[in-house]
Amino acid sequence: MSVDLTAARTLSLADHTVRELNAALHAPDAERWEVLDPGGRHAIAAGLDAEISVEVAGHVGYYCAGMNQRASVHIRGNCGVGIAENMMSGKVVVDGDASQAAGATAHGGLLVIEGNAAARCGISLKGAEIVVGGSIGHMSAFMAQSGTIAVCGDAGEALGDSIYEARVYVRGEVASLGADCVAKELLEEHRLQLGELLERAGHGDLDPGEFRRYGSARRLYNFDVDDAGEY
Amino acid sequence: MSDSNGTPRPGWRDGLRESATFDRATLHEIRRAAREGIYDIRGGGAKRRVPNFDDLLLLGASVSRYPIEGYRERCDTDVVLGTRFAKRPLKLDIPITIAGMSFGALSGPAKEALGRGATAMGTSTTTGDGGMTPEEREHSKTLVYQLLPSRYGMNPDDLRRADAIEVVIGQGAKPGGGGMLLGQKISERVAEMRDLPAGIDQRSACRHPDWTGPDDLEIKIEELREITDWEKPIFVKVGATRPYYDVALAVKSGADVVVLDGMQGGTAATQEVFIEHVGIPTLAAIPPAVQALVELGMHRKVQLVVSGGIRSGADVAKALALGADAVSIGVAALVAIGDNAPELGREYEAIGSAAGFYDDWHEGRDPAGILTQDDELAARLDPELGGRRLANYLRTLVQETQTLARACGKSRVQNLEPEDLVALTVEAAAMARVPLAGTDWIPGTEAR
Repeated sequence: MSVDLTAARTLSLADHTVRELNAALHAPDAERWEVLDPGGRHAIAAGLDAEISVEVAGHVGYYCAGMNQRASVHIRGNCGVGIAENMMSGKVVVDGDASQAAGATAHGGLLVIEGNAAARCGISLKGAEIVVGGSIGHMSAFMAQSGTIAVCGDAGEALGDSIYEARVYVRGEVASLGADCVAKELLEEHRLQLGELLERAGHGDLDPGEFRRYGSARRLYNFDVDDAGEY
Repeated sequence: MSDSNGTPRPGWRDGLRESATFDRATLHEIRRAAREGIYDIRGGGAKRRVPNFDDLLLLGASVSRYPIEGYRERCDTDVVLGTRFAKRPLKLDIPITIAGMSFGALSGPAKEALGRGATAMGTSTTTGDGGMTPEEREHSKTLVYQLLPSRYGMNPDDLRRADAIEVVIGQGAKPGGGGMLLGQKISERVAEMRDLPAGIDQRSACRHPDWTGPDDLEIKIEELREITDWEKPIFVKVGATRPYYDVALAVKSGADVVVLDGMQGGTAATQEVFIEHVGIPTLAAIPPAVQALVELGMHRKVQLVVSGGIRSGADVAKALALGADAVSIGVAALVAIGDNAPELGREYEAIGSAAGFYDDWHEGRDPAGILTQDDELAARLDPELGGRRLANYLRTLVQETQTLARACGKSRVQNLEPEDLVALTVEAAAMARVPLAGTDWIPGTEAR
């Protein structure tokens, strides 16, 4: 596959189907793409696997940039459920708000949501990084296995329920913590990691020291009947 | 006192009467629960007797029906799955596939054996919770890749490497339940594939993380099609509970194939109470599923694959006669490659079980090297021999199915139809919606 590093393409979803768009993005002949008139359509830019940049001028529906690999996708609007779900690598930026399950099960890459993210942000996260400029909804980081979630605003109820080894940083208030999720000391190692992540996400002006760290107490890692009431 | 075969039960003396309500297994379970304070976990499917394919009989040819000559006249067995939307449907030589079983629950050699046996017979295998291993892909010519709630190991490269995608909503052994792979089976490799630390219990969620309900499922399927450029058939697998509605909703959501797993279908591990008390028998699940497809004008257009307790060609023939396009086997395939083999009787006894009864699959100590992640145990299974045995078993199932189909005058096994069946019991007649043998009575419907 040869990609013309100088070429740019513009494609309007008023004139083309999502299928036509994705087929073009799966075999790209240009490095930069602009998608017009997204109209909240689903699965826009899903399954990309090339070092290209895609800018979407407007709101998108479910699963935009789903399972992204290597590509950089920028949404100039809000997004529906499951933005960048199961992302493997690359970068996805949402200028507006995100619906539920943002970055669900993502293995790698960076997801930046400038606005708020709804419930279950980073659910079952498997290694990716998520930075939310606003607040996140309830049950976020549920069963999050690895990776990092940094929240510049507040977190809803039951944050990090049944969390494994993922790291969660919250700058504002946490409504409540889920089962086996506890506040942890913010060590220098974490300040450095968080500072570097915020920098990459365009929030380098924030002081990592203002965040609190949350993670697993690891009490529920191996089932014990005496813990049954904790679940 | 004797069992149904007339064999005296151990421990019996004149004057003793065993309670039908508090039988020995029940008493043992009460004592175990009182001692341990936690439910029993085991593998496999429902062990209780439920109405099943043995309660049906096929009606061979007679004055009004011509049979097909065995060994001379063709009786086709091939089937195509995924003809509705996928650019590349699965073309299988036989209507019997291997059900989803994970690397993690099963050893690497066991997965390889399943792949070898299925490939030899021109059929498919299926991944499970935990993702696709290179060995599995290598040895399975046709491989169905499961998308499960946990998404362990899920990645777009394997999605594209797969021949079909199966969105798992539930399974017959535990519809509505998630899973638990206990720490002793989480080896370094299993842990790495699942992005978890080794040695900890791995919970599999019961709900998908990024969709809820049939409207979302339709969008999820659309995404999977977009990622794979509409090439791969999309299966939707449901545990048998409300098959009429579930099948209709799966069709509405855009499935190419619906996999329907009855309560006899196995699992690697879940609560005994779940296995035995949730879901409905395979026999009872098929007619409502077929009804939904027929009413939507989708029977044979969206293929129906039925699993849960398929053991013989007779089971295959009866499932097809009720309207399935294919069947899927799991437990029987494990037995075929050597699970619970009598030769290992002493070793099963050494771990507190017996050959033919061993179901503590979650403990990872299977002497047959199949349901384990212990390298030494796993090395006992010769995948080539296991593959040959599975192929032999599948070959036998096909021969038996053809024998019965020919007797009913069918030149293709899928041409078997409900009209070829009668039931031995009132319950089976009502569930299968076929007449009680020797009558024209179908309980619950107008007489035909």
